[in-house]
Amino acid sequence: MTDPVPVSFTVNGRAVSVPVEPMRRLTEVLREQLGLTGTKVGCDAGDCGACTVLLDGAPVCACMVPAGRLEGADVETVEGLAGPDGSSSALQESFLRHGAAQCGICTPGMLMTATALLRETPHPGAAEVIDALGGVLCRCTGYRKIITAVMRANDPVPLAETPAAGGAVGARVDRLDGRPKVLGSDVFGADAWPADALRVRVLRSPHHRARFRFGDLDAFTAAHPGLVRVLTAADVPGRNLFGVIPALADQPVFAEGEARYRGEAVAAVVGEDAAVRHLDLESLPVTWEPLDPLLDPEAARAEGAPLVHAGRPGNVLARGLVRRGDVDGALSDPDPDVVTVAGTSSTGFVEHAPIEPESGFAQRVGDRIEIVACTQAPYMDRDDTAAILGLDPEAVRIIPTAVGGGFGTKLDLSVQPYVALAAWITGQPARLVYTRAESMAATTKRHPSRLSARVAARRSDGRLVGLDFSGMFDTGAYASWGPTVANRVPVHASGPYQVPHYRARSLAVHTNGPPSGAFRGFGVPQSAVLQETLLDELADALGRDRLDFRILNALEAGRPTVTGQVFAQGVGIRRCLEALREDWTRARAEVAAANARAEAEGRPERRGVGVAGMWYGCGNTSLPNPSTIRVGLTADGRVRLHQGAVDIGQGSNTVVAQICADALGLPLACVALVGADTDRTPDAGKTSASRQTFVTGKAAVLAGRALRDRILLRLNAPPDAALALDGTVLRAGERSLDLATLAGEADAHGLVLAAEETFDPPTAPLDENGQGEPYAAFGWGAHLAEVRVDLDLGRVYVERLICAHDVGRAVNPTLIEGQVEGGASQGLGLALMERYVPGLTEDLHGYLIPTAGDMPEVVTRLIEDPDLHGPYGAKGIGEQVLIPTAPAILNAIRDATGVVVRDLPVTPDRLRAALRAPLETPA
Amino acid sequence: MPRYVRARTLDEALDRLAAGRWRVIAGGTDVFPALADGQPGREDMLDITGLAALRGIRFDESARAWRLGALATWTDVRTAADLPPWFRALKLAAREVGGVQIQNAGTVAGNLCNASPAADGVPPLLALDARVEIAGPGGVRVEPLAAFITGVRRTTLAPDEMVTAILVPDPGRPGASDFLKLGTRHSLVISIAMVAVVLWRDEAGAIAAAGVSVGSCAPVAVRLGALEARLVGQPPGTDLAALVHESDGDALSPIDDVRASAAYRREAALTLVRRSLARCGEAAA
Repeated sequence: MTDPVPVSFTVNGRAVSVPVEPMRRLTEVLREQLGLTGTKVGCDAGDCGACTVLLDGAPVCACMVPAGRLEGADVETVEGLAGPDGSSSALQESFLRHGAAQCGICTPGMLMTATALLRETPHPGAAEVIDALGGVLCRCTGYRKIITAVMRANDPVPLAETPAAGGAVGARVDRLDGRPKVLGSDVFGADAWPADALRVRVLRSPHHRARFRFGDLDAFTAAHPGLVRVLTAADVPGRNLFGVIPALADQPVFAEGEARYRGEAVAAVVGEDAAVRHLDLESLPVTWEPLDPLLDPEAARAEGAPLVHAGRPGNVLARGLVRRGDVDGALSDPDPDVVTVAGTSSTGFVEHAPIEPESGFAQRVGDRIEIVACTQAPYMDRDDTAAILGLDPEAVRIIPTAVGGGFGTKLDLSVQPYVALAAWITGQPARLVYTRAESMAATTKRHPSRLSARVAARRSDGRLVGLDFSGMFDTGAYASWGPTVANRVPVHASGPYQVPHYRARSLAVHTNGPPSGAFRGFGVPQSAVLQETLLDELADALGRDRLDFRILNALEAGRPTVTGQVFAQGVGIRRCLEALREDWTRARAEVAAANARAEAEGRPERRGVGVAGMWYGCGNTSLPNPSTIRVGLTADGRVRLHQGAVDIGQGSNTVVAQICADALGLPLACVALVGADTDRTPDAGKTSASRQTFVTGKAAVLAGRALRDRILLRLNAPPDAALALDGTVLRAGERSLDLATLAGEADAHGLVLAAEETFDPPTAPLDENGQGEPYAAFGWGAHLAEVRVDLDLGRVYVERLICAHDVGRAVNPTLIEGQVEGGASQGLGLALMERYVPGLTEDLHGYLIPTAGDMPEVVTRLIEDPDLHGPYGAKGIGEQVLIPTAPAILNAIRDATGVVVRDLPVTPDRLRAALRAPLETPA
Repeated sequence: MPRYVRARTLDEALDRLAAGRWRVIAGGTDVFPALADGQPGREDMLDITGLAALRGIRFDESARAWRLGALATWTDVRTAADLPPWFRALKLAAREVGGVQIQNAGTVAGNLCNASPAADGVPPLLALDARVEIAGPGGVRVEPLAAFITGVRRTTLAPDEMVTAILVPDPGRPGASDFLKLGTRHSLVISIAMVAVVLWRDEAGAIAAAGVSVGSCAPVAVRLGALEARLVGQPPGTDLAALVHESDGDALSPIDDVRASAAYRREAALTLVRRSLARCGEAAA
């Protein structure tokens, strides 16, 4: 480390003087030394722009400004945007109103970049905004709402909606946790730590598979002043294993003797902040002996392949099967009326790339441990960490921070065991912030897939007769959510259609890749790519319109799904597909005209349009997944909602409150949130499987109604009495009660009147043929993609996306649009650019996610076919939105070029090779 | 203990370089991402951003060249109002180096010193016959850019030298230039391939001289000399794209990597050259 030197500069107009390590990044000076944590760190490499500040008026990445040159500089951060009274600026208000902040982690960088633009150009056009914001990555929003918010920042900002009692559901209210996000004051995993916290860093395997031995770690510790401990497997007091499916927990906190993937933890250093920051981890005494890795699931299945886990023969983690009718008979039917198409597809690892790397701290409080970290699953974290520490679950308290994007990756443990062990063993608080490279190498990925399928329909009536699907998934080194993917895919691989004869088999295979886990859609986006592109080929083979063919075969209420489930209601796929018809007709005509022009002018450019449908079951597959909500009144006249469904940007804090307010019958403005905390909020389950609106939302309806009943009983008011809160006076129709008089009756949570209710969606187990009722409800949707293809370069430009979704009931249309736009952007990335290669793309310039200019206009069409079980008829939306985008884009590419590409991503070189192929190999 | 020095004068910087091993830092946009496990403060750093003499872009009458000081940023290039129209290729490249954050901090000279095969500044400056001005203990030397970069992340810069400016000669005749960069996404692209074309015209409008260069398709960006020779003498209105031969790709030695295959790169580079020639031809005709 370089000796600290004093520098004096101004931050947000205030003069500061601070000793700095001259090569320390400005981000660290702001965050660690000045306490200005509004400036976020996403990559430390200038790839994401989250740390954008204005340096002498110009946007720069603060992660690449050395502190030593700050003398005399003028620095502006997000904390400086609000007025002196803390009121938000017009730009911040515009972000809030237009839903431009979801998780909020990129928001400060977006705001600062936009601030510089708006000083020069107060009313910018979309192209100018895209140009300016191109250097800031967002993984949640799909950018469109951000672009709108910046364009309109200096127009009069519309007032926030403040619905009256009973009017919250359906209203475009501002996200309840949005203001701190736009002010830069929201606290994410890396944003808070006790002053005396030790720092933890993790040593990880640089090899895909390697044996290793440690040298003298005690001597190493002694030789490094400030270093307190080097933790290894030997220091784990409980079970050195974790995993989201308890029966299959197989991932060690620290590998023992052999590391099974590149990025696997083998040791952690714990010590004083500067000592650990400056420690060269490669100097730890460890000897590696690289072994031949299994990097391909086919190789892992080969006879004689080494076993990744001794107890899992053939490297098979899990299999899935759904079988109905006689698919072999149907597909081998010699009847010339039956037309069959077949194909294969493949996808690679896909990285979630939340802009917030995993981070948090832990502190020991007596015989308990508290973990404050970003997570999607607080109660699962609690139970797994307790097992690692050898403690009762109740001895562990999980306090989730704001989560800067998750998408499934923050369901699994990340920093939690390391900070917990460090704090437990040293007795001092300990913090850990993953680097971007570490986040990418160590955490879960979307399962790579190799799929094949045959699908048949009758020429005479256009009806599907059978679909035979087989999929191999690379589940990586550890179980994580591999079985969930293996189970969910066969249930969904038919798509939202009536398929009388069906067989879908799946296989999750271990390799020495990173653990494949949960990623928005649990394998269904991969299977939809194959199934929906084959449907286009089949429609063409039948001479039928591709959209009409889907509408003809769409599932309906009263018809069995491929698992034999029959819904009496809530099957909205036909309406979703029909909602695209006008655009389909328009786009087909525009494409034909544009292509005729391009052909006549000799331009190597073709346009195309594609559609794809989707269904997705809300909640766990045939497994219980209850949520519990507590709501009550305080003596000081507030409604307090104990809402434990972690909001990772998708909006559960807002949606659950909207639902509960209406069920209770009081205005949303009365509701105060008690955020997720395993000591304070009941278990609302994990934020995954598109279950929070549907399951926790329903629990909120039940709890709200129960509280209302309790109030009515207490006030002896009639069932239809309107409730009102006037200070501490609660009114129900003509009756009233001063809540202050109940202060003595407050329960342990400070509530004087309270209710707690649980909802577990009704499902039934799947039998050995996968027949049963896996979900209480499905979400339905269909996307239409319009693309332009540069034929000579193989480059695809998505020009417009039209997304129709049956959400049952749109609780907050702005938030749903945000989900649609963000999901579509991840679907676009899956289709065209995202490919994680361990060891090669461990940063955000090698691993590409869409930038602002990659996202086209997105038109969301919401269908509301109320669901029997859902709160006010609402269903999940989080994963549904990603599934149809990639296949719709692939179908549009085929429409434009005649070429079928199903090996994802369709990078320019792959598409160009496909476009050349017919020339080089004459048929 | 590693040192950090913010030099106040060029002489001080050169004295430091002569006296020890320093890593020079300007914009920091290549230095920081390349730090071993992201941790700064492990090597001696010489910060040259305080050297006011190295700032700015101006015309050097005596050299008949535009002088881009070593601290000139991409934003400086992009917003320089007085540059002649044939700087378009470099200005287009400047717009595509990272986002505005990188353009505000990163320097053109640093881009050359970093010597990445995918350096956005190299193809335009190569096509413009740029020279690199280098100061060292023995004084100042000027070297053609084509000679300065010798390989992947290798230059002729000695440990005791530093780049002080980039010199772009003004041949005193009308010219037009263009730049095309191909990647898989819209912004923040490390290119699959990129090309720069510069065409100089004589009084009759015929091409008097041409520069055509390709980046990301070889360890160092390359000029397509045979094509350039074919272009010279072409009268206005010629279909320049038609002059590109498949064999012009023989000058390239692309690799397969995560961004694209070698075969694709070679083909795409020539496609870009054709398009860039067409755009340039239109601009100048």
